[in-house]
Amino acid sequence: MIAVQKPSAVPDPLSVPADAPEHCPGTESDLAGKSDACAGCSNQEICASGATKQPDPALPFINDRMKNVKRKILILSGKGGVGKSTFTAQLGWAFAADDNTQTGIMDVDICGPSIPLILGIASEQVHSSSSGWSPVYVQDNLGVMSVGFMLPSSRDAIMWRGPKKNGLISQFLKDVDWGDLDYLLVDTPPGTSDEHLSIVQYLKESGIDGAVLITTPQEVALQDVRREIDFCRKVGIRVLGLVENMSGFVCPSCKTESQIFKPFTGGAKRLAEEMGVELLGAVPLDPRIGKSADYGVSFLDEYPDSPATAAYIGIIVRIKEILGD
Amino acid sequence: MDPQEQSQVTRRLLSVKNIILVLSGKGGVGKSSVTTQLALSLYDSSPTTRVGILDVDLTGPSIPRMLGVNDHGVHQSTSGWVPVYADGATTRLASMSVGFLLKNKGDSVVWRGPKKNGMIRQFLSDVRWGDLDYLIIDTPPGTSDEHLSLMEHLAGLHSRLSAVVVTTPQAVALMDAIKCVSFTRAVNLPVLGLIENMSGYVCPCCGEISNVFSVGGGEEMARKENLRFLGSLPVDTELVGLLDAESDVPDVLSDNQESFPLLRRYNATPSAKIFKGIVKNILDALANVTAGP
Repeated sequence: MIAVQKPSAVPDPLSVPADAPEHCPGTESDLAGKSDACAGCSNQEICASGATKQPDPALPFINDRMKNVKRKILILSGKGGVGKSTFTAQLGWAFAADDNTQTGIMDVDICGPSIPLILGIASEQVHSSSSGWSPVYVQDNLGVMSVGFMLPSSRDAIMWRGPKKNGLISQFLKDVDWGDLDYLLVDTPPGTSDEHLSIVQYLKESGIDGAVLITTPQEVALQDVRREIDFCRKVGIRVLGLVENMSGFVCPSCKTESQIFKPFTGGAKRLAEEMGVELLGAVPLDPRIGKSADYGVSFLDEYPDSPATAAYIGIIVRIKEILGD
Repeated sequence: MDPQEQSQVTRRLLSVKNIILVLSGKGGVGKSSVTTQLALSLYDSSPTTRVGILDVDLTGPSIPRMLGVNDHGVHQSTSGWVPVYADGATTRLASMSVGFLLKNKGDSVVWRGPKKNGMIRQFLSDVRWGDLDYLIIDTPPGTSDEHLSLMEHLAGLHSRLSAVVVTTPQAVALMDAIKCVSFTRAVNLPVLGLIENMSGYVCPCCGEISNVFSVGGGEEMARKENLRFLGSLPVDTELVGLLDAESDVPDVLSDNQESFPLLRRYNATPSAKIFKGIVKNILDALANVTAGP
């Protein structure tokens, strides 16, 4: 299914093999090979021998690649469809607007990769060379890697369980020739599962500079963000701040602002206060943002006068400030 | 099939007539809200219809909040876990979600695939669903562990399975919806049809309809993919508010005897009317699927 030539061997999945029993304690656990659930598992012997508690063999290679990356930022949100990919793309474009800044975007949403379409490079392919897989370049200083570049057709569904997804994420970090980067932005799928755990574990040694959380104003989205902040605290990732997307809509006909997704419970502002994180800004809902994403053009460049552009720029400036750049 | 060979899941769910999966490739297009609306509409279709909702979005469960039963917990009984009944004592609308199992609502469920698989199997085999006309399963975005696990565990009940695909009209969502349809073909799951959600928003001030997320993409896709188009739902702020509400807020209109205020309030929203048409299409499609070989 993957169209890339000469793939390097997929490393052992980080924690749980594909054929693991249901209550597998995880191959790195102290109970690996010894818990009740391990009885009868074909991997029991390997787990019990302690070999699996060794660091992942891919880690030294990942650390080596990531040495040349100054800042690594995760874009997270508990809920889907709140605008992670759109925000990641805008952030990427904004960083890359400075010719001297090298930016990379890594899309680890394996089952629903939107980044290629939003950046207008959906028909591109990944090429491999002796130094690794080369990212697809949107412009000179903006490289992108996504599973979307590896599918023969955009219609194809990737029906993978966790371990295979983890293997690909490790390859994205280990085998992609990112070069020297000032920023690596990682766009994630919704939730707190395999992809998130993997990216955090693979980047633990090289260090993640922080996470930007995206939400929409309604409570159903906010409750998922609460879980995501809890996740960040559990795994020790710094939360750079919260972005409220789709907050308010200006009717193109009468110019009145109304709330499509009403913040009945106080919206991101109250959540930010409640959880002690910073609210980086609120981006109003502008139908042209979605349109720009569909056509793969930069909203910031197309509509520099829009209030949404001003909001985006304010947030991006604040992120740079927090990072001290 | 010899009952001895039937899996626990199959035996437990033999009392369920139809199992409908609500799918969408992309997140945030309204799977949970469509699931809730579908359940409420089916519930309301006759005074005896029994409906179940199973939320298998394990890391982002929204169903408890939407049904207004956020603070409820699951009880054990000798015959299995007792689902949470959103309609109180009438017990015709059962629901189960990982949200009911969390001590603190802000807790994150950070699980890899195998643990998710185990939870889903328990939801299907250990919950005392009882006789149900419809079990509606709300899924997380994507085509991964949860979806594969569901198909695996429900294999013994394949003739009762069908799916509804939800999308929003913009290209980014449609692309994922097509992936999702490819998934249903790969696992041989009959698709009842496609619902386009968030198509258009009516300005509360001037009544102008804005196509916030473009429009018509769903119908176009249904035509190209040879799927039944079930209908389109505009953005309904009343519905957003209703499904967002803390839980049953006491309001002056209801008398104390009323056991299910959510349904009454839902029926007052503009969406409820549109959804009646969608449910009719779904039931038509369902009749075709079950009438087939």
